[in-house]
Amino acid sequence: MSQTNFTSEFSKKSSNVILKDITKIFQQPDTGKDFVAVNHINLEIKDGEMVTLLGPSGCGKTTTLRMVSGFEYPTSGSVLIGGRDVAKVPPNKRGISMVFQSYALFPHMNVWDNVAYGLDVAKVSKEEMIRRTEKVMDMMQLKGMERRFPNQLSGGQQQRVALARAVVIEPSVLLFDEPLSNLDAKLRESMRDDLRALQQRLGITSLYVTHDQSEAMAISDRVVIMKDGNIVQQGTPSEIYEQPVNRFVANFIGKANFIEGVYKGREGTSAVVEIGDDKFVIPKPGVMPDVEAGSSCCLTIRPESIHLSKENGPLMGTIKRATYYGTKIEYEVELHDQSVIVEVYNPQLTERFQTGEKVSLNLIEQCVRVLK
Amino acid sequence: MEVTSDGRGKSAAQMKRINDTKSILRQPILLIAVIATIVLLLLFVVYPLVKVLIFSLTDETGAISLENLRNIVSSSRYLKVFSRTMLLGLIVAILATIVGYIFAYTITRVNVPLKGFLRTIATLPILSPPFVLSLSVIFLFGKQGLITKNLLGIKGNNVYGMPSLIVVQVMSFFPIAYLTLSGILSSIDASVEDAACNMGAGRWKTFWTVTFPLSLPGIISGALLVFIQSLEDFSNPATIGGDYTTLSIEVYNIITGSYDMRKGSVLAILLLVPAVTAYLLNKYWVNKKSFVTVTGKPTQARKMIDEAHIKWPLFIICIIFTAIILLFYGTVIYGSFVRTWGIDFSMTLDQYRRALQYGTGSLQNSIILAVISAIIGGLLGMIIAYITAKRDYYGKKFIEVSSVLMFAVPGTVLGISYILAFNTKPLLLTGTAAILVIVFTFRNMPVAIESGTTTLLQIDNSIEEASTILGANSGYSFRRITLPLLRNAFFSGIVYSFTKAITAVSAVIFLISPRWTLITSKIYGLFDLAKYGQASALVTMLIGILLVFIGIFNGLINLLLAPRSKVPQLKNKAEDNK
Repeated sequence: MSQTNFTSEFSKKSSNVILKDITKIFQQPDTGKDFVAVNHINLEIKDGEMVTLLGPSGCGKTTTLRMVSGFEYPTSGSVLIGGRDVAKVPPNKRGISMVFQSYALFPHMNVWDNVAYGLDVAKVSKEEMIRRTEKVMDMMQLKGMERRFPNQLSGGQQQRVALARAVVIEPSVLLFDEPLSNLDAKLRESMRDDLRALQQRLGITSLYVTHDQSEAMAISDRVVIMKDGNIVQQGTPSEIYEQPVNRFVANFIGKANFIEGVYKGREGTSAVVEIGDDKFVIPKPGVMPDVEAGSSCCLTIRPESIHLSKENGPLMGTIKRATYYGTKIEYEVELHDQSVIVEVYNPQLTERFQTGEKVSLNLIEQCVRVLK
Repeated sequence: MEVTSDGRGKSAAQMKRINDTKSILRQPILLIAVIATIVLLLLFVVYPLVKVLIFSLTDETGAISLENLRNIVSSSRYLKVFSRTMLLGLIVAILATIVGYIFAYTITRVNVPLKGFLRTIATLPILSPPFVLSLSVIFLFGKQGLITKNLLGIKGNNVYGMPSLIVVQVMSFFPIAYLTLSGILSSIDASVEDAACNMGAGRWKTFWTVTFPLSLPGIISGALLVFIQSLEDFSNPATIGGDYTTLSIEVYNIITGSYDMRKGSVLAILLLVPAVTAYLLNKYWVNKKSFVTVTGKPTQARKMIDEAHIKWPLFIICIIFTAIILLFYGTVIYGSFVRTWGIDFSMTLDQYRRALQYGTGSLQNSIILAVISAIIGGLLGMIIAYITAKRDYYGKKFIEVSSVLMFAVPGTVLGISYILAFNTKPLLLTGTAAILVIVFTFRNMPVAIESGTTTLLQIDNSIEEASTILGANSGYSFRRITLPLLRNAFFSGIVYSFTKAITAVSAVIFLISPRWTLITSKIYGLFDLAKYGQASALVTMLIGILLVFIGIFNGLINLLLAPRSKVPQLKNKAEDNK
């Protein structure tokens, strides 16, 4: 993407989005039964912020996005864009823009006409249309492709045209519906970075839907995890990764080990947990408030937060499998009939273990979360 | 309209309907289109049919009476006409489906030469003007027949009757069976047949255990469609049916002979019921039974059958049939240049000269009215496809069903219903050009609607949404996005409407007036006078006109609907040098 600074030339029209107690109920076509796609959701996307809705398919993320776009109407609740309730505003009057999963380029128009379409609709003057279209084409490195048709472009080029078409109208909100899911892995990563850079440069309020957690982590100011129509957790990527509120989030974002134990209670600001006969002290803020003292709990720990050694320790396990990945070695360790995944980085520099070997697992206690 | 925002407690599918209805209420252009369409369909489809139904069930005073129906049903004459019509339909349906199947199987499965040519011949008769085949039957097998008199020396051969009707109808209607069957046969996954072969089944066994059963829905569907065509056929029974009177002819005779509209209506209902039944059977029962699943995933290409003992017999059958079709068409064209068929075969343009004196005015009428109705029908068809394809709202089902209903209504029935419905004020339309345009429009629109709907269902929803989110209202999106994408469907709709309008006989035979005569009724008039040479000249000119106008429509649609690029002239000249 071109490095020239375009921000100043883009008029600042961006605005915040508030979802107030939004519910969407569908009828299942086969049974006719109600299906709650989105269940009383509250969410604010601040001006200029990039928020990602992340969740497995059927979690309601796309429905939520479509209610912001106006293609779906909430069964109850309201959508506010720039402080205005848009219940009575049709999609074409909301001043927002959207990048579609399938790109949805107009197959019968060339690249230039695709990009200029929104300006043509808005009846801007010819000079302005040319100026703004050329500027965005330049920014998206589409120069020289003006007369090509969508079927003559590669996937990445189509993606850039879709993006150019969406931003040229200077929308107050930009919506992304899994825009990168049709690209191959390498291209997806570079497009992801370009997209984030563009969004930050233009400062457009953005709502992004994806089921790919690494994509969500990489591009978002804030990630909203959804499941079965509910928001499970929202926060910055690091909050979500480091302080998951339940097993679903911990498992959905990255990999996690769950070691069963008993929560004994607090000792100062730390939490005491027993695994078998061994006692562990987890420093603040490791414990979820819904875990009761004396009840069973699980210690959640990321594979990279466990050290292995041959010395004896409280948690002894047996190596069941070792897989070499280059950047890391992944061990599967059997511990009290549970399987624990451990990732060791820089395998060249660190001690290696063989299958069947006894090892001790040393948890980095600052990285442990105690969940119900 | 107040609609509660609470979705709970609503029965199945109602929510989508309520939502879509709400969204239409928000879009004035769409709302106007929906309301206008419903009004038009009520007025020009439902009202005339209800009128003919009521008329057949009432007496002169307007009281409900089954007297007419009883009279007809108890009359041995009408029962005979009815059973003859059904018998002819049945025989033609079976034969045409067999011919259609042979063509379809050969073209989709066997590695024969001249495939493109065979395909063209198998679809050509759909676009043919009426009377062509009956004319050639008269030319070849009649009293002055080239084959009967000149070749075989038979004097005074009576060509009129059931056998000629069967030949002519099979040749006219087998393309319908062919199109249905080739669609089904080519969508059967090649791997299913390969699997049968792998398990040791020979070609014969594979055909009877796999291919044939899988294509059965297509066979029934094709046969039903041919049956409908045979029932409603007017021009062939009228010209070479002789004493073999069918229902459409009987209706025509009663109305033109004794002007007994009530008796005509009852007979029309007798014709309407089997036709509509066959149509509904095909649409809602056969199509649901279809086993063929179109995955959209390209499976491996089918390996064409190349064994000589399968290939050549099928090829020869197709070629013989093709030769007969070409012979028939060639005969008519030849006949139009001959001085007196059977007696003086010297070449002359006299037939054209006289035909033009006789028919120029009607020819102009036909062209003008067909063009107008094709354009209106094409546009209305696209609009109806657009408002029904992807939405569900209150009234949609009505639009869907009534807009294609006319396809199944026999032309004669349509003619009667229009006379009954539009012969009094305030809807006094009989005798005008408008009534002809309206009949053409509503009768020929279903093809435009169906091809439009198919195209729209293939366009990803997000393409229209993209246009909407970029600020376009539904009218603008329709004009800039949907309509250009519908170009091909629009074209085929217009071509079909135009062809059917300019070749229509049965639907308009009651509706023409001294001021508005049409070329087909003029040609029909020539049969009564046995002026077959002039008839051939007019029919040949019709074929020419059809080809020219198809070309013109194609050019115009490309000119008007091809998206115009707004790319500014680039300073870079190299870019433009292509």
